[in-house]
Formats: sequence, structure tokens, C-alpha cells
Amino acid sequence: MSLILDNISYIYGKATAFETYALKNVNLAIPDGEFIGLIGHTGSGKSTLIQHMNGLVKATEGNIYFNGADIYDKDFKMKELRRKVGLVFQYPEHQLFETTVIRDVLFGPKNMGMEQLDAELAAYGALKAVGVGEDLLDASPFELSGGQKRRVAIAGVLACKPDILILDEPTAGLDPVGRIEILSLLKQIHEEQKITVILVSHSMEDVAEYVERIIVMNDGEVVMDDSPRVIFEREEELKAMGLGVPQVTRVCRRLHSLGMDINPDCITIDEAEQEIKKKFGLV
Amino acid sequence: MIRDITIGQYYPADSIIHRLDPRVKFTGTLALIVSLFLFDSFYGFLLCGGFVAAVIIMAKLPLKYVLKGMRPILFLLLFMMIFNLLLTPGEVLGSWWIFTVTKEGIRSALFMGLRLIFLVLGSSIMTYTTTPNKLTDAMERIFAPLKLIKVPVHEFSMMISIALRFIPILLEETDKIMKAQQARGADFENGNVFKRIKALIPLLVPLFVSAFRRAGDLAEAMEARCYHGGKGRTKLKPLKYAFRDAIAYIVLVGLIVGAVFIP
Repeated sequence: MSLILDNISYIYGKATAFETYALKNVNLAIPDGEFIGLIGHTGSGKSTLIQHMNGLVKATEGNIYFNGADIYDKDFKMKELRRKVGLVFQYPEHQLFETTVIRDVLFGPKNMGMEQLDAELAAYGALKAVGVGEDLLDASPFELSGGQKRRVAIAGVLACKPDILILDEPTAGLDPVGRIEILSLLKQIHEEQKITVILVSHSMEDVAEYVERIIVMNDGEVVMDDSPRVIFEREEELKAMGLGVPQVTRVCRRLHSLGMDINPDCITIDEAEQEIKKKFGLV
Repeated sequence: MIRDITIGQYYPADSIIHRLDPRVKFTGTLALIVSLFLFDSFYGFLLCGGFVAAVIIMAKLPLKYVLKGMRPILFLLLFMMIFNLLLTPGEVLGSWWIFTVTKEGIRSALFMGLRLIFLVLGSSIMTYTTTPNKLTDAMERIFAPLKLIKVPVHEFSMMISIALRFIPILLEETDKIMKAQQARGADFENGNVFKRIKALIPLLVPLFVSAFRRAGDLAEAMEARCYHGGKGRTKLKPLKYAFRDAIAYIVLVGLIVGAVFIP
């Protein structure tokens, strides 16, 4: 099970004054079970890239292979790809339309051709996984709070039982508590259901804590693709792209440069806490 | 797919037509439409065709882009031409079953078709070369005298400019929601008419919800900036005629005179 992008380019408005490269020669391999962060400045091509991964946008040049099959092949079943590669758009709560929460979550599984019972089981499972209580099943999705709406929308995609779950800025517009809740939820889903999760974000803090691999995009090109620790060593390059390293890494590096004996490459708050405690003999 | 609709959109370019005062372009479009119906001979179409072609070239619009924008009217055009062709009485050229083709029919189908094409071309050139803001500015100025009889000219032009501004936003929103639902397996392209209409519900409900939300946000933002209608309101960039506008007006008068006196 894997997704391979082979030399993908995408051009908007070809041969008009609007012509722009949204993607340029992108090569990527997404193997099974990874937790990946896709990082880039606004307009770097992240959203366009993920829409290629489930065939919503067709590449101008290049090929995409899903489990070895060319998705642009005439016989390729696009619906199967859409089910296996679940895509949660930015502000997914804007896509809710049904009269009740459960009916909205059922929309996906039913479209994908699941039997009524299987679809319902999948929907209940998905709602439970995202932490929406049973008391809300028959509520109107429009009456829920912002955070709850987003969970329902994510459940709507999760209920299709994807092998790869892609989320475009799932924490945008949420308060700090909501952010942490959604992110740890994704980690939990990733661990329990063993699915690949791709987290699109422009916040290094968000991804540093959770992902095992970071893909950095700039101007439609993949410029870095490695583990967080390796990526964060290239602080200057990241800054030049309007990105940076997590705040806590900056603090540790500053302390280190001021002469404190502390590991300059802490990338999570927990790590930094341990380091500082060790320094002062608190552990 | 939805991005392909170019009619009514602004096409940025640096040309003399783009720089013309929007009032000239607005009256010019009206002049073209009027003159299209003033004559009844091929020479008239030569005149109008020459005029439209010259404007397209001067505006530096790619021909392919302009033609692509004509696609939405293709059906209407064919429909109108076929009816004109078959239902005009006159000198019979040939007939088959209940259909008769007459000399006058061919003539009127051709003329109506050409008129419609030039009409749509003329008005799309206006929107290709004029930003919506300038266009509504022009309308507000042109219809300003109506304020004397208490027509809310400013409010109307504000409504039009907001409506125009929202077209691309709502198109983008439609595109986004469509994709989000397709990601959940929605199918907008297959099935019979009823199935397809039903498939639109997951698209239309969120679209309406978001349109109302945006309208509310905009109204609040306008109030927060003390918008209170047109009274006593001045412009940041007031419209001013330049020498080239005078020349353009002379050309337009020439077009109408030509259309009136053509054989």
C-alpha cells in the first residue's frame, strides 16, 4: 500500500495572463503507516498537492501511482481512490449539509457503496473516534459549536475507512485547547487504526510534536523531506521561506549560545523541560 | 472546470482600452448595441465587426480567451438561428417534412446570429477591460441625474458592485465545496436528471449557508467602517476624462452615424 507521485507539475490558466506553476516537478513516496507533516508558506502549493493525491485535481504533467496502479489510467476506479485516500479540507465544517449529525457522517460511506449496516457501524465508530458523544447524533450539525462541527466533519471522512487520511490545516481557527485536542486525536487515530496521516500546516509547533517526517514546500516545489530533527537544523533556510523552527527550539538554541550547557536541538516542550530540569538537577 | 467561465471577468493587461475612462466604455457598449440594430445589410456587420476586432486587438486580449468566453451562449445562439432559419416566411428554397427553408430565413438567421455574437462580444470586452469597481463608478456617474427624482443611484451601484465582487468568491466556494463532497464520494456528473438534481443538495445547502454568512460579515464590516450610504461620500479616485476619451467618443459617434447611413 503506497502512494507515489512521479514528477508532478500543475499549471493554472495555461497560455493566458494568469499562467502560474502551482506545482513544479514534485516527487514523493508516501509509504504505509507514516505520520507526515506537510509544511509550507501560504500559496506554496500544499493544498494543490493534496488534491492531486485523491485525484480531485489532475496533474498537468507527471503520474501518480496508488498501490502500483496509475490513477490516470482509463480503467482506474477513482471512487476507490477517494475512499482509500480521505481528504479533509480546510474549514471542513463548511461542507456539512444534512439535518442530523449521523446522517451527515453517513453521507460518505453510503456514497462509497457500503451496506446500510456497515455504513452505520463505520459512522458510529468514526464519531466515537473523534470524541462526539452519542447525545449529539440526532442534533442538527448547524447547532453545534465550532470545534464540534469540525470533529463531525472529520468523522465524515474517517467513516469512509481511508488508508491515508489527509487533513488541510485541521486546527485553523481553533483556540489553543481545541488545537491540542484535534492534534492528539489524530495521533490516537494514527496509532489505533494504523493509517497514514498527512497533516498540512504552516505551524512548526503543530507538527514538531506529532509527526515523524516533514515535507517542506516552497513556491510549488518540495524543498526538504526528512525527519523533524534534521529539518530543524536548517533554520536559516526555513526562515528564508517565511517558516521557522518551533519556538521551544529557538529558546534552547539561544540558551545554548549564551553558554548554558543544554541540548540545542530540543523540538518539543517535553524535551526542553527534561533538559532544563536535568541542568538544574531536578531529575 | 468552473474556473473556465470567463464571461464577466476582468482580464488584466496594459492597453489603451484598459486605460479608457469607464464611462466611455459603458456608453461605447450601449452605442455598439444600438448601432447593431440600426442597419439591415452586410455592410453594417462589416462596420461593427471591424470595430469589435479593432477593440480586441487594441485591448491586447488573447483571441482564444475571448472565444472561450463565448461558449456559454453557444446553445442559445444555435437555438435562435435554427428557429429563424425554419420559421421565416418568404421565397422557398427547399422543404423537407414540416420544415421549409427560405431565402429570408437564411438571411435572418445569419443576421440574428451575428447580432447576438457582437452583442455578447461587445459587453464581454467591457468587463474584460474594466474592473468591477470602475464599472460601477461609471454607472453611478452616468445615472447621477436620476437622483433628482429620488432614485437611490448610489445604493444600486453599491449593490451591483458587491454582487459582481461576490461572483468569483462564490464560484471559488462552489468549487471548494464540490471537491469536499467529491472527497466523500459525491458524484455530480453521472446519473439521470433526478439523481443529478438530488446530488446538488450537498452542494447548495453549504453554499447558501456560506453566502448568508459572508453577507452578514460584509454588512458588519461596512457598518464598522461607518458606511451610511452615498450622501456626502467622496471618491478616492474620482473619474476624470483625458484626451483619449474625447477621441473615443468621436469614434463612437462615427460608429452610430455609419450604422444609420449604411446602405
